Amino acid sequence: MFDIKKIRDDFPILSRKVYGKNLIYLDNAATTQKPLCVIEKISEMYSSFNANVHRAVHFLSDASTNEYEAARTVIKNFINAEKSSEIIFTKGTTDAINLVAFSYGERFIEKGDVILVAESEHHSNIVPWQMLCQRKHAILKSIPINDKGEIDFDKYIELLTEKVKIVAVAQVSNSLGTINDIRKIIEKAHEFNAKVLIDGAQGVQHFKTDVQELNCDFYVFSGHKIYAETGIGVLYGKHELLEQMPPYQGGGDMIKSVSFAKTEYADLPLKFEAGTPNYMGAVSLGEAIKYITQIDLENIQTYETELANYAEEKLETVENLKKIGTAAKKTGVVSFQLGNIHPYDAGMILDKLGIAVRTGTHCAEPVMHHFGILGTIRASFAFYNTKEEIDELCLGLLRVQKMFH
Amino acid sequence: MTTEEVQNQIIEEFSLFDDWMDKYEMIIEMGNELTPYNEKYKTPANIINGCQSRVWLNADYIDGKVIFTADADAIIAKGIIALLMNILSNRTPKEIIETELFCIDRIGLHQNLSPTRANGLVLMIKQIKNYAIAYQAKTNE
Repeated sequence: MFDIKKIRDDFPILSRKVYGKNLIYLDNAATTQKPLCVIEKISEMYSSFNANVHRAVHFLSDASTNEYEAARTVIKNFINAEKSSEIIFTKGTTDAINLVAFSYGERFIEKGDVILVAESEHHSNIVPWQMLCQRKHAILKSIPINDKGEIDFDKYIELLTEKVKIVAVAQVSNSLGTINDIRKIIEKAHEFNAKVLIDGAQGVQHFKTDVQELNCDFYVFSGHKIYAETGIGVLYGKHELLEQMPPYQGGGDMIKSVSFAKTEYADLPLKFEAGTPNYMGAVSLGEAIKYITQIDLENIQTYETELANYAEEKLETVENLKKIGTAAKKTGVVSFQLGNIHPYDAGMILDKLGIAVRTGTHCAEPVMHHFGILGTIRASFAFYNTKEEIDELCLGLLRVQKMFH
Repeated sequence: MTTEEVQNQIIEEFSLFDDWMDKYEMIIEMGNELTPYNEKYKTPANIINGCQSRVWLNADYIDGKVIFTADADAIIAKGIIALLMNILSNRTPKEIIETELFCIDRIGLHQNLSPTRANGLVLMIKQIKNYAIAYQAKTNE
């Protein structure tokens, strides 16, 4: 059973006040709040299990290594990877994409090759590929979106040629909430032997993801957007691909043996985890995933869908509100404009009412260019949000309108 | 009035309000009273980069004083810059450089002062001071 009151109690921050008002946190696409079990796990780790991993023979190092590797297994099971060695811990989604762009790109991308990204991508799924293309004299092309904010599939097919080596798209668009049909995108790319990287930063926390079933080559996501600590993320890659890729960074833990003549690299996954890893972050991520698995992602999805539908309908009643991004399939993200009120002005007023939303371009400027706008107000929901909070948002928006008219 | 006196007056006016909405009303009002900005100065060079809203700032040096005009596409940003204009425009470069903007903290706008805060108040102030420094250097040549 999905008990919203109990769930809200699990997140200590939700009971705090800002400017004397109840906090209404609707900026979950930027980062999510942390449940008590995650906070306590971090505290427990530092209180009882802290030692560097994979290094020493002593008791604590062993205990901490076990926790770290157990987290890797939790993540492997969560996204149904075939092997734990396919799970590489990174700093986050951006770091994971950079890893692939540098390492896979170094080995496999050649002059004249084409990399495709969707027009709706977050900057972090554009810039690393742009940098790779500059290094390798390859060509970056964008897959257009339609006016609902959905990837234009026909145009995508037109862009696919034998020259395309990588297709990088988000599972869910961060600025619009569009759920992309990644299964179809992956299938088509594979017909042309292109590899596919899926940016799962806005998807993995909302519905069940099975990387084997999707058959994606790489899947990346961030811990902090799925109720864990910041500074931890995941790169999933197919084993045979990761095997062929050179290390991205050099250092400790990623080597088998080092001499000044030659260094032999460690096996997966450590080959890609140079230096002391963020084992605390990894453990917090394992704990967060256990927490949502216990609630059950299906329950979460059902609740979030109901909440999103309510928000979509309720926001329709706000005068002069224009939604940006009206895809048929969306997560709980509503991006909108309020008449000709600047998103920044709206955000400032909502803030003082205790309502946290994001305003601006959401690190997706090409999307804003597509719609010919400078920015939006974005409300994004998590499973601890309520219909009452959406009502408060609507009242807040009325207040904003009163202020600027 | 000295810049200190102007700032004290601003603090006094803001102290009449407890509610943030009233303070914002006043900031909006200040924005509405801002001297109209000449459209021809809405050049890319006059944009203060890094603000979430677009802010334009133009400076002229007339009779030893720096005359600023400014505009912003967000109303609150425009109000904030109007507040800065009231204190710092039509002053000598020396006055501008030496002015400590203590009123921002006192009226509760300091939370907008963190360097990464998207409204770019810090950037506005920096740009104003940079003009003053440049004009002072020119005068001393």
